[in-house]
Amino acid sequence: MNKQATEARAVVVEREFAFPPEKLWRALTQPHLIEEWLMKNDFKPEVGHSFNLRGEWGGVLDCKVLTVEPHKTLTYSWDFAHDDAAYNLKSVVTFTLTPTGAGTHLRVEQSGFGPQQRQAFGGARAGWEKFLGNLDQVLDKTD
Amino acid sequence: MTGTHDVLFRTLADPTRRALFERLCREGEQTVGALTARSGVSQPAVSKHLGLLREAGLVRDRHEGRQTHYSAQLGALAPLMDWTSQMAGFWQNRFDRLEDLLKRMDQ
Repeated sequence: MNKQATEARAVVVEREFAFPPEKLWRALTQPHLIEEWLMKNDFKPEVGHSFNLRGEWGGVLDCKVLTVEPHKTLTYSWDFAHDDAAYNLKSVVTFTLTPTGAGTHLRVEQSGFGPQQRQAFGGARAGWEKFLGNLDQVLDKTD
Repeated sequence: MTGTHDVLFRTLADPTRRALFERLCREGEQTVGALTARSGVSQPAVSKHLGLLREAGLVRDRHEGRQTHYSAQLGALAPLMDWTSQMAGFWQNRFDRLEDLLKRMDQ
C-alpha cells in the first residue's frame, strides 16, 4: 500500500443500553442474533476465525476475529474489496462494553483506510470539502 | 483517480450544473420549467445539463404528461463522501436495530 496515497481515519459511535453487558455480549457474538441487527454471518467468538458479513445490498465483507474478552471487548477486521477503488475499505471494528448503573455503555470504533477521494482534489480541494460538507448535512437530515 | 470519480467530478465541476443539482438536493423534485425560471440560462441549456447529470446517475427523471420532473439521487455521491460519515450513519442505524433486538431477547 502506498502510504502517500492513504489516510487513516476513524469513526466512533456510542450509546447506552438499558441491559447488562452479558446480554449485549450475546447479541454481539451469537450468529443468529448478529444477523438480526447487523448482517448475515458465520461468526464465531474465537481469535483468528475468518468470517463474512453479507449485506442486504449483496456486498460481502471479509472479517477476522482479532480480540475476544467476554463481556468487555470484541475486535474484528472489516474489509471490503471492490473492483472500483472508490469503494475499497480496510478497517478494524472494536466494540467496547462498559457496565453502568442502569445498563451498559457500548462504544464502537471503526478505524482504517478508506477510498482516497480527497487526495485527488488538488487545488480545488477547499471548494470540494465545503461542497461535500454541505452534502453530509443534507444526508444527515434525510436519515 | 477512478472512473467513477472522474465522471462525478467532471459532471459537478460546472457551476451551473452544480447549482441545479444542489437545488434538487435542497428543494426536492422539480420540473425543467421550474428549474429554468431561476437558473439564469435557457431551457435547452438546462435540459442539456440535466441530461449530463442523469448520465452520471446524479438525477433521475420522471415523465408525467408533457412535463419531465427531475430529482437528485444522493446515493450516486457515495464514492465522494468520507467513508467515516457513511459508517457513522450505518452504526447509528444498527444500534437502533440492536436496541430493538435486546428488547425482544429473553434475559
